[in-house]
Amino acid sequence: MAKQSEAQVVLRLDRITKTFGALVANDAVSLDLHKGEVIALLGENGAGKTTLMNILFGHYTADTGSVEVFGQELPPGNPRAALAAGVGMVHQHFTLADNMTVLENIVLGTQPLWRLGFDRSAARARIIKLSGDFGLTVHPDARVGALSVGERQRVEILKALYRDARILILDEPTAVLTPQETDDLFATMRKAVDLGLSVVFISHKLHEVMAISSRVLVLRHGRLVAEVLTEGTDRHVLATLMVGEEVTPPKVADSTAGPALMRLQNVSTADQGSAPGLKSLSLDLRAGQIIGLAGVSGNGQSALADMIGGLTTPLSGTIALENSEPVNWTPRAAVSAGIARIPEDRHKTGTIADFDLTENAILENYSEAPYSRKGWMNWQKAEDFSKHIIDTYDVRCPGPQTRIRLLSGGNMQKLILGRVLEQSPSIILANQPVRGLDIGAVSYVHSRLLDARAGGAAVLLISEDLEEIMALSDVIHVISEGRLSPGFPRGSKTAAELGVWMAGHGFDEEATNAA
Amino acid sequence: MRLEPIANPTVTRTLSLPLLALTVTVFVASFLAMLAGANPFSVLGLIIDGAVGSKFAALETLNRATPLIFTGLAVAVAFRARLWNIGAEAQLYAGAVLTVLLGTGALAWPSGLLLPTIAICAMFAGALVLLLPAYLKTRFGVDEVVTTLLFNFVVLLLVSMLLEGVLKDPMGMGWPKSARLIPEARLPRIVEGLRLHWGFGLAIVSAAVVWMIQTRTTLGYEMRAVGLNQKAAQFAGIPVNTVLIKTALLSGGLAALAGFSEVAGLKGNLTLDLSPGFGYTGIIVAMLAFLNPIGVVVSALFVAGIFVGADSMSRAAGVPTYIADIMLATALLLMVLAIMLTRFRIVRE
Repeated sequence: MAKQSEAQVVLRLDRITKTFGALVANDAVSLDLHKGEVIALLGENGAGKTTLMNILFGHYTADTGSVEVFGQELPPGNPRAALAAGVGMVHQHFTLADNMTVLENIVLGTQPLWRLGFDRSAARARIIKLSGDFGLTVHPDARVGALSVGERQRVEILKALYRDARILILDEPTAVLTPQETDDLFATMRKAVDLGLSVVFISHKLHEVMAISSRVLVLRHGRLVAEVLTEGTDRHVLATLMVGEEVTPPKVADSTAGPALMRLQNVSTADQGSAPGLKSLSLDLRAGQIIGLAGVSGNGQSALADMIGGLTTPLSGTIALENSEPVNWTPRAAVSAGIARIPEDRHKTGTIADFDLTENAILENYSEAPYSRKGWMNWQKAEDFSKHIIDTYDVRCPGPQTRIRLLSGGNMQKLILGRVLEQSPSIILANQPVRGLDIGAVSYVHSRLLDARAGGAAVLLISEDLEEIMALSDVIHVISEGRLSPGFPRGSKTAAELGVWMAGHGFDEEATNAA
Repeated sequence: MRLEPIANPTVTRTLSLPLLALTVTVFVASFLAMLAGANPFSVLGLIIDGAVGSKFAALETLNRATPLIFTGLAVAVAFRARLWNIGAEAQLYAGAVLTVLLGTGALAWPSGLLLPTIAICAMFAGALVLLLPAYLKTRFGVDEVVTTLLFNFVVLLLVSMLLEGVLKDPMGMGWPKSARLIPEARLPRIVEGLRLHWGFGLAIVSAAVVWMIQTRTTLGYEMRAVGLNQKAAQFAGIPVNTVLIKTALLSGGLAALAGFSEVAGLKGNLTLDLSPGFGYTGIIVAMLAFLNPIGVVVSALFVAGIFVGADSMSRAAGVPTYIADIMLATALLLMVLAIMLTRFRIVRE
């Protein structure tokens, strides 16, 4: 490793501090990036990783501290300067124009506006060369709207390389990828390093950090708490550094599945824009069983969650509850059928940000006694309920009158959990229940789901995190393009095997076999 | 330059900025008065004197505030649920037409029975005018800003047609005005001999009722939830469209009461200049009050005070009355700015 420290420093962040009001997002963070290395920036959500990179890229201005690229200090708050200095950033959310081709997207912004034509063939040749050099296979004339998420990410990386980026910043690049696509991305990163580029890899997934980086910088609550060589560490050490305490994975006791509490038969729903609807999907939710729904984001998970949650009704097929077939399927019908719904987006769908905890606690039951009688609210009863949730579910907050927007994601999720679990639901629909939560909150949510399973509830767990699915589920289904794979019992498939299904393979064979 | 949110604005900041906005407004008015050839230092005093300086002035301000409270409440109720009702003017006239239809002798009932009947029917008329835009919005997604705004012109032309036709006063020497209300249909004065009618009392009671609805009833909870986050409300099972329709009925009804109160309390008949834009000014009133129904009373008094005060000032100082409009517009713009700056600070990049 001595060689590495002698290598040229291409990027230096010097004591970067950034505050948002009372929140210290970055507290005197310094880092050096050398030529030809991958460093990982590891930290929980909210640890300050993205803020730090946004400062580097000029989206934010640091309160104090400086950024140097190739020995030159960057003027603060100027993304153009960062681009010109050779920094390329691939965001979590892509910034591509769907209606344009790959080639047009890549050259967009590099051509002066007043020149009419541009040298298409030269641009194409350059893109094809870059694709080959970095292993980024994508057709230059394909329309971006028709590409998969993994392919779009390759376009984003090509865009940065086309602008002669020497430093690549990848912000949570694997969140939307299948395991195979992740391997491809890592191959690209290795090629980039071989060609003398440097990469900052932002992630909170430990195994990926171990697989790709040479050094790991751990951020916790905005502070750089450790800088370790990947060779000399392991996942447990990193996990402890990241959260500051020992973490234990949940223990899952065996359970036997009971009767089906909800049966979906050949259910199809309409496509929502580019998101596919459900394609003749059948699924039984059984008492005392956690069904995990794996899949790459945007493959029909939302369609299924919306349908079970009462927001949409199927175009064809039937929904049957334990002893009835609901006629008028609405959110209220779903709630009164005993379905606990933990929505994907707790900020925009699960809660009303400017309502206080009490008002949010009764959001699904406000119209029933004891909260509402003859059109009048009983706020005393509502507040009692929210205090009960605050105590029972350990919601850390100043009090029931606090507006919920002031709570952290974990505490917000605990309130939602309390809201739905206190109704003693028979079915739990948990859509991405731990996304964006810190590890403490994650294990809390998981243990609550396991408790509900032990209590005889049917749980449908939708997640893009395969590890989470594999750890908790009794049966795993994979969803791809709105189609559902057969159920795989716990432990019968490896992550790689599930990855094949997540990429959309296996469904047609299944259909042929069935026929 | 960009805006950065302030987590906990200080009390000084919350109070001083709106006061500063008012001060600047007075400066602007003084400057305009100076351009018009008056003594700029006398402007503030003349406005205050004209608004509350005498019993007559103060009662005039209360009278002027009455329709503004109703239209302000109408707008506040609708905006709270994110139903953008720009058509309070149309709903006001609908209420006025109903008042004239029933109050000019069609029903020969005693006052105690007639007045509530007229008021309730007027509310129905106003509600009906807003029902169509609300239905189009919930059923087909038609933008209610456009429909309610255009309805103002439709209804005003309709009133004009009625005043030239069936509602025209046969004794009116050909003027486009309705017959006068029968005495039983007139809102009595609160104190005999003083020019303030019970419309003002009804406005205060309405504000209290709206406040009760918003904070104490299930409907109020639904309306606030729909206004703050329609997506979450939908997800939780709140019947969003039904709530919007109910909101429209309440809002339209409140605006119609402005028309009822102006005709039955003040004017005694219906003419085309019944409302000098009370429906539109109601938007200003509601915004200044942060859509709070109790705040609406305060801001309606403030806005009416500026109108009456600036009117009187312009007469006393010999400057055009348009200064009152400019003052109000300036006050609104600066107040919105001040409110924003209490919650955000400007940071130089």
